[in-house]
Amino acid sequence: MQAFTSIKGLVAPLDRANVDTDAIIPKQFLKSIKRTGYGPFLFDEWRYKDVGQPEMDCTDRPKRSKFVLNQPRYQGASILLARENFGCGSSREHAPWALLDFGFRCIVAPSFADIFYNNCFKNGILPIVLDGQIMDRLFAECAATEGYALNVNLESQTVTTPSAESFSFDIDAFRKQCLLKGLDDIGLTLQESAAIREYEAERKSEAPWLF
Amino acid sequence: MAKTLFDKVWDQHVVKANDDGSVLLYIDRHLVHEVTSPQAFEGLRMAGRKPWRANAAVATPDHNVPTLNRARGIEDPISRIQVEALDANCKEFGITEFGMDDIRQGVVHVVGPEQGLTLPGMTVVCGDSHTATHGAFGAIAMGIGTSEVEHVLATQCLIQKKPKVMRISVEGELPAGITGKDIVLYIIGKIGTAGGTGYAIEFAGSAIRSLSMEGRMSVCNMAIEAGARCGMIGVDDVTIDYVKGRPFAPTGGQSSVAEAAWRELHSDSDAGFDHEIVLDAADIAPQVSWGTSPEMVLPVTATVPSPADARDEIQQQGWSRALEYMGLEAGTAIEDIKVDKVFIGSCTNGRIEDFREAAKVVAGYRMAANVKLAMVVPGSGLVKREAEAEGLDKIFTTAGFEWREPGCSMCLAMNADRLEPGERCASTSNRNFEGRQGTGGRTHLVSPAMAAAAAIAGHFVDIRNWEFK
Ligand code: SF4
Repeated sequence: MQAFTSIKGLVAPLDRANVDTDAIIPKQFLKSIKRTGYGPFLFDEWRYKDVGQPEMDCTDRPKRSKFVLNQPRYQGASILLARENFGCGSSREHAPWALLDFGFRCIVAPSFADIFYNNCFKNGILPIVLDGQIMDRLFAECAATEGYALNVNLESQTVTTPSAESFSFDIDAFRKQCLLKGLDDIGLTLQESAAIREYEAERKSEAPWLF
Repeated sequence: MAKTLFDKVWDQHVVKANDDGSVLLYIDRHLVHEVTSPQAFEGLRMAGRKPWRANAAVATPDHNVPTLNRARGIEDPISRIQVEALDANCKEFGITEFGMDDIRQGVVHVVGPEQGLTLPGMTVVCGDSHTATHGAFGAIAMGIGTSEVEHVLATQCLIQKKPKVMRISVEGELPAGITGKDIVLYIIGKIGTAGGTGYAIEFAGSAIRSLSMEGRMSVCNMAIEAGARCGMIGVDDVTIDYVKGRPFAPTGGQSSVAEAAWRELHSDSDAGFDHEIVLDAADIAPQVSWGTSPEMVLPVTATVPSPADARDEIQQQGWSRALEYMGLEAGTAIEDIKVDKVFIGSCTNGRIEDFREAAKVVAGYRMAANVKLAMVVPGSGLVKREAEAEGLDKIFTTAGFEWREPGCSMCLAMNADRLEPGERCASTSNRNFEGRQGTGGRTHLVSPAMAAAAAIAGHFVDIRNWEFK
């Protein structure tokens, strides 16, 4: 997994609540058995006028020019502003894969759906929760300023605006360390092999039908 | 100390508590399907890892499988590759699989309980958000992403923070015609799709206890639509009677020991919850969703709402967009909404009881002329066989419905079953997101009886006034 320390990046605003993972990456793309290649199909139904199919070439597809990620000013964005309950619905990890493949490393929202939030950390994406009022301001500033960029620092847990205003965010200490170092948590858990075996032996004597 | 049901099951599965408050949680049962597992198996292979305990996992293909002409195999080559990848991975890693030609194949959340793979007090995971279904057995059942699927395969554990626990009690006698599906849609309408975020929800109260296991599974299934990490219901006789004798359930001397342990699986009477909600069963009418989020749901007697009545600007925008997508005018009576297609099935309502309820409504009637297709898709091969033995398939086909092979089908339209743009569907599934049942398709979530009645009438009707023949 790619480590996340800090980024300074262009911001794209997705101003709608309850964005679900079906919208982030529609089901036909879930047929792939790979982890990469989903970026061109991110928000497929909102970005394109036609119906996307896995593995198709997206260069000449008719686009919905109004959709935020199609607007020239947001090309190259690496930070996404979102509204409440971002990433609700299906558990598909294809959603963070698609966001990452498209170029997003950080998503800032007032709240996230649990499974999606968790999936982000497994893929080197930093989901940041900021208060709704701060979000309203970021949305407003982003709309008003072309080239609006934020500075996100995971070590200091801060988001800094172009006018040097800084907001701090909370993050679980363990997740922070894994993200900072790009650690694979399977390796970490396997260091506990002895404890897992011990648990299993004890549990097997109490509840043998589970084994 | 008094414990909640969630606490009891959680505490039994803590392998190790970490300093930061997270724990290493042991996973008893891992259910696997073809869509969210290939990258996990690939990860294992690349790291040279083996499953920690291959017999804890059981797999079945469900999302991509065709519901017609099974013998011809899967026509879509990309779908076929995914199902073949599951077959190959299960073979390579020694995991039991109910493949496409096995009578036990079906939607993973129907198959688990049916086989007794889901047992009270277990921790159950699957790379699928509707894993919440299995919580109906007093299990902690959570949907996980593909990285976690790999983590569980490799270690039989997950690193988890304990969620808060909310109890939602539905008290009183359920009015006639009201099902588990109506209860859960009503709850989501009340608390919203983010109402359960950060929580495990325990469903309790006399109305919940009066439900069969099928009804309880429908309720827990949609806990995820309320944003919860999982949903669960305490163990009672209904649970134990359902589990007994299932192929993977404990037998012989073990079964009485297990039963004694299972009887402890309910919240202590003085247990404290982080949040409590009490609802009156008498207030629940048959529910119909009108928008593009499960919280956009109303009683069948209501009219489509106006964005002017929304709580704030964000909701107002959401409602306007939903009305536009759904092709609905504010003020239209729900009962005046006509449907083009009807889908009865899915992990929410693809069990035998659901088909019995729907068949009762359909018996003696014919599908309305404006309905292009009404499809009934059993949740598993065994549900299909049972329904056929009871003659339910004949009731449906006589009325003009199609009786299909088991799978997820038009719940998410990954196979050939889907809505065309603009088509409106009465569906017993769990999600009405934009494009969920096909690009541009319009989904209304309802109970099986309500879906069946809509197919006969051609529009939504109040099942409480239905004339059963
Ligand atoms: S029936 Fe629908 S919700 Fe259930 S597992 Fe299949 S696709 Fe998911």
